[in-house]
Amino acid sequence: MLDLSQYQSIGAALKDALDRFAGEVCLIEADRDREKERLTYREFEERAHPLAKALQDKGFSMGDRVSIIMTNQSRWLISAYAIFFAGGVLVPLDYKLTPDEQWQLLKHSGATVLITEYPIWRQLSASPGRASANVQTVLVTEAPANASLAHAQRWEEFRGAGEPAFVPRERGDTACIVYSSGTGGHPKGCMMTHENYLEQCVALTSIYPFWPGVRYLSILPTNHAIDFMVGFFGPFTCGAAVVHLRTLRPEYVREAFPKYKITYVSLVPLILKNLQKGLQARFDALSGGKRKIFNTLVAVNKALTKGRPRLGVSRLLLKQVHEAFGGELRTIIVGGAFTEPQTLQFFYDLGIPVANGYGLTEAGTAITVNDLKPFRADTVGKPLPGMEVRIVNPAGDGIGEVAVRSKTVMAGYLNDPELTAETIVDGWLMTGDLGKLDRHGHLQLSGRKKNMIVTEEGKNIYPEDTESVFEGLRVKEFCVFAANYIWPKRSMTGEQLVLVLHLEAGQQFSDELRREINTRNQRLLNYKRIHGVVLLEEDFPRTASLKIKRNVLAERLAKLDRGAAVLPL
Amino acid sequence: MRTLEQTTREVLDLAAKHFQLPTGSLAPEDDFFKKLGIDSLQTLEMLSHLENHFGIELPDYEVQGVSDFKTLAERIQSRL
Repeated sequence: MLDLSQYQSIGAALKDALDRFAGEVCLIEADRDREKERLTYREFEERAHPLAKALQDKGFSMGDRVSIIMTNQSRWLISAYAIFFAGGVLVPLDYKLTPDEQWQLLKHSGATVLITEYPIWRQLSASPGRASANVQTVLVTEAPANASLAHAQRWEEFRGAGEPAFVPRERGDTACIVYSSGTGGHPKGCMMTHENYLEQCVALTSIYPFWPGVRYLSILPTNHAIDFMVGFFGPFTCGAAVVHLRTLRPEYVREAFPKYKITYVSLVPLILKNLQKGLQARFDALSGGKRKIFNTLVAVNKALTKGRPRLGVSRLLLKQVHEAFGGELRTIIVGGAFTEPQTLQFFYDLGIPVANGYGLTEAGTAITVNDLKPFRADTVGKPLPGMEVRIVNPAGDGIGEVAVRSKTVMAGYLNDPELTAETIVDGWLMTGDLGKLDRHGHLQLSGRKKNMIVTEEGKNIYPEDTESVFEGLRVKEFCVFAANYIWPKRSMTGEQLVLVLHLEAGQQFSDELRREINTRNQRLLNYKRIHGVVLLEEDFPRTASLKIKRNVLAERLAKLDRGAAVLPL
Repeated sequence: MRTLEQTTREVLDLAAKHFQLPTGSLAPEDDFFKKLGIDSLQTLEMLSHLENHFGIELPDYEVQGVSDFKTLAERIQSRL
């Protein structure tokens, strides 16, 4: 691995990595069962340099912002490297957002260049949001020969001749603007510095190392902080390889493990639970005798790995299970949302450790990680090296707000000094999550202080971001809340949004109104939808500028009985 | 060559069968996440099932953001 303490920027570190590991494979890309591409670090550089040169020829200069909206694939990483090489700032956006949402964030980020895939561009170019953003150059990958590109250029043909000039950046400069949420008029663009990534990479790879020959299966979207780190920057600075699949169909994901001898993979809890379900069904289908033998082997493995994982032993004892995962899998990294302890234990008992952790975009990738010394399913692990974690205003049971201080904490929110000042207080990032540290230094999470939910798919949903869809609803006033924010619950799962309605005088909650809410609700992406309605017969408290005082309103709503107050849709 | 109506009907029947619902219980405008109570992973499984039936490949990106059977049937129809 490179000694990242010697580097000032992501671009400088990657540049040296490409040189040092030139002959190693860095990328494999497959579409279903067809391998499309396999690149060495040298070939990767040969693809990226002409792009960087073409950008520079077009006047691209230090600090210019470039957005990537792509599914996980080789061109994502090639483009990102070209941007860093040329001293640019990367704005990775979620390809699953709607075109309107993507344009809003493009506008907010100030991106002047957009790199995207043809199917995404087809939708983006047809969206009226385009007029508001300041995107000057659009590069589109994989466009069919006769496709109309609506003033975009083909990524494959956007190549400059000659060597591009490497543009150095400082550790404190912004490397990426990452949106932790914030469609619907409240963008939260985290300004992540080069130092944030360099420090996070050192911390993470000290516990979960990469080296040449390691293969990481990239499934989580690369715009997500976890995949950007462990599916790009981490493996690349260690000479490892990243495997991209152009489909997430479970059957092809399953095939990829043995086919590419995967070492690490990151998953969200939803996919991990699905894997567990599939495995459990196969175990349940074993005949009586085989089942008994299998259960005995699991019990033996469990006893032998109590203190620490012993991969060799587990692979021997539970050979078939490990072979189904390719025989080389060392750890499944899970993140993006809370994972149930029972799921973590299930995999650990099979000899497949799950690196459970806790993090948020604002703090880099991860704050705590289970270091498996020993494995604990009931916590989200210990703070990573360089992370200071403290519990603010703990109650009698030790539970309070989790605060973090480290070199991985963002510089602030783009164009929002007020929110930045609320979030980073005296150098401590206030996470809005509730938890406690146990006597072994493990963090246990127990709920949220902030008005938001996180889905099992790792999506952060801020209620305010869903409200625009209900604009014009024929009621006196409305707003959306995370139910657990109103009625605090010591739980990190099963979180839901509710729509609070204040009806006009004499108005009833009619079937027609319910239908209208349902229709509008369906316009939202499925994971953003509300799950119930709460009726309140009083005016919402508001500020002088007529903004709803959400915290005061939540206190009033908290007096209602949750079970009776939330009406199903 | 199937008409869009035929494709839509087949999509609805196959989805109903796949999720063990009575035939005719699904409508073109139904939101399959809501109606079937499924997550994105189960949707991918349903898509694989539909691909096998129609003998086509439906890339994940083609169905990105699609949540109703009618639009899904249109995307399938365009690849038949």
